[in-house]
Amino acid sequence: MRVRCRKLQPFNKEAADDVIQKDHGLHPDDKYLKPGRIPHIWCPGCGLGVVLTTFIEAIRRKGLPVDKCAVVSGIGCTGRVAGYLDMDTYHTTHGRAIPFATGLALAKPDTSVTVFSGDGDLFAIGGNHLIHAARRNVNIKVICVNNFNFGMTGGQAAPTTPLEAKTSTTPTGNAEAPFNLPAVAHAAGAVYVARWTTFHPRQLVHSISQSLDKKGFTFIEAIAPCPTGFGRPNKLGSGLEEMRFYRENSEIRNGIDPGLAEIKLRGKIVVGTFSDVDRPDFLENYQNNVVSKVLSKGDKPGKGRAA
Amino acid sequence: MKFWRLPLDSEVHSIPHGTVRIIENRCKGCGFCIEFCPNGCLKQSKRFNAKGYHPPEVVSYAEDCADCGLCSLICPEFAIFTQLDEAKKITESDILKVSTRYSRKDKRYVKS
Repeated sequence: MRVRCRKLQPFNKEAADDVIQKDHGLHPDDKYLKPGRIPHIWCPGCGLGVVLTTFIEAIRRKGLPVDKCAVVSGIGCTGRVAGYLDMDTYHTTHGRAIPFATGLALAKPDTSVTVFSGDGDLFAIGGNHLIHAARRNVNIKVICVNNFNFGMTGGQAAPTTPLEAKTSTTPTGNAEAPFNLPAVAHAAGAVYVARWTTFHPRQLVHSISQSLDKKGFTFIEAIAPCPTGFGRPNKLGSGLEEMRFYRENSEIRNGIDPGLAEIKLRGKIVVGTFSDVDRPDFLENYQNNVVSKVLSKGDKPGKGRAA
Repeated sequence: MKFWRLPLDSEVHSIPHGTVRIIENRCKGCGFCIEFCPNGCLKQSKRFNAKGYHPPEVVSYAEDCADCGLCSLICPEFAIFTQLDEAKKITESDILKVSTRYSRKDKRYVKS
């Protein structure tokens, strides 16, 4: 028997890259994306791309010009969103996306500032910034993509990892209770709190476009599958199987108390818009209580300004 | 369920008909579009793209694409989108099709 071997062709990365780069501009979303950056680095089956698509769709639906949008993101897999969007974006230090965004929102009040970051960035290292921005009601829109672990560094346990879930740092099961993100944001004073999974892209588009209209601190949690970091140790399967899990186990309950919407490993996921209230935002309060009083004091003769 | 006449507001509405466009070299083969297309227009192809994944392809009864755009929303890779071809007027035969399509007579939607 003669075995004929085919001659091996070495993989030509440049030629393959050229083939991929040629496709820029074919997709209608490509005008919002930096040329040459797609395909992105996220794993096959990751839900981050879905959240990015829904954000672009919400901007298009609202008709917001690209010059009036700014996206700030922190570190992590979700932090790379700032590198892919073709608008004013800011890839900041770890956990400090909200302080940078606060400065941006106060300096340019007519810009719609969105913070796009992960659960590890916003709630682990940046937890304090988030609750204080929510307390002050700064005019920023937070989209928190929750994949239950620190994905980029290799699947370590995060403050959102459910009890008993296995990660690379908790191989026998997590002993710490997780944060309930909508409850934290609601308790801190966010005016709009919602949670959706990547299986609900249309609802996510609707929620993001509603939050773009609101004045104040809005918080949207998007639950995304992480097949590499969280799915594999917990035997949740591929990204597609996690999406099927969301289809079967998510329960839409709009307007309930977000404290009841806790997430357990392999348990029901309560999704929906939890709260939508109106409250004066930080800039308005600052104008009323500080700027106007200081200016009026300065007008009176003999009083007011020192030296 | 059976419709015995054209709906009274059939002049106002139309049946959109779209085409699926796939940018094959961007696909990473996650299978979201194939699983969640409401009309079942897509399936996994046997060929490879430049990255070595199997991109989706349109099945033979692709006239079902209604330009709903769910595939372009749920695709994480910006690799698929739909385009509106035409918005047809509603006729008697379409009403008949609606009443049989999602019933058990239609073998395409029977789970294997």
